[in-house]
Amino acid sequence: MMYDIEVKVSLKPGMLNPEATTIQRSLALLGYEVKGTKTKEIITFVLEADSEDDAREKVDDMCQKLLCNPIIHNYTINIIKMDLSCGCGCE
Amino acid sequence: MAIGIIRFPGTNCDRDVYKAIELAGGQAEYIWWNNEDLTDYDGIVIPGGFSYGDYLRAGAIASNTPVVEGVKALVKEEKPVLGICNGAQILGEIGLIPGLFITNEVPKFNCEWSKLKVSNNKTPFTKNFEKGQVIDIPIAHAEGRFYTQDIDLMKDQDQIVLQFAEENPNGSMEAITGVCDESGLVLAMMPHPERATTKLLGSDNGLEFFKGMLDSI
Repeated sequence: MMYDIEVKVSLKPGMLNPEATTIQRSLALLGYEVKGTKTKEIITFVLEADSEDDAREKVDDMCQKLLCNPIIHNYTINIIKMDLSCGCGCE
Repeated sequence: MAIGIIRFPGTNCDRDVYKAIELAGGQAEYIWWNNEDLTDYDGIVIPGGFSYGDYLRAGAIASNTPVVEGVKALVKEEKPVLGICNGAQILGEIGLIPGLFITNEVPKFNCEWSKLKVSNNKTPFTKNFEKGQVIDIPIAHAEGRFYTQDIDLMKDQDQIVLQFAEENPNGSMEAITGVCDESGLVLAMMPHPERATTKLLGSDNGLEFFKGMLDSI
């Protein structure tokens, strides 16, 4: 089965996020006073897997090995089964 | 006796390192990232640059290439490995040193001379310096802020090798900019010793890192 995968990578709470700090400062210069600015990275791809659990296991592995560094990052995995039906009974 | 210099797409300090090793009296050879067998080499330098465009995180993609298995095998054989700048970031991503080099506190590319304190002179690379000696080596990075979860353990095991002696230009934890593994044979440093190999260019302190590495082989 095909799955749409979305991985959201964010810095762990308490980690300095210089990019977010700079964005917040720049917003303030434009007159927008905001708080708690954060940046996250979103990586999306299509994955073929036996089941949702299988897909999650694979993506978790990818996160641990490459997409994130567990020392500094938290991540969330969103899995959506792709609807490939065309109305004729096939999938 | 040859030192291997690993090249990834985007490495750009390889030729400087080659020259530095020659100046220090050694021989160097370039190694492409897909070479897994490094048994012919007596030591490895991972030079600076922007491997794989720094995509995902600086060093993340390089740390998952076949040559890394070769580096790990050499580390087991107790051969010296030096990672400079992007090479240091790669060693962090591999997990050969206890920490990472991440985006500077002020997120801009910082290229300037820096004064470094040699906090550990027991590694092959720093053995020609006195402990506490202040040396001149330039930095050039945007992701050099050292961060670790194991600072106490690092202190216990004498793994802090280099610290900024004056200002801390990137916000590194305890101004650390050079760290080694438990054995001291793997050194990851953000400053560029290959850019300080002759007094004509401002300092020759960097040459000692390569001389020390060659002496240990």
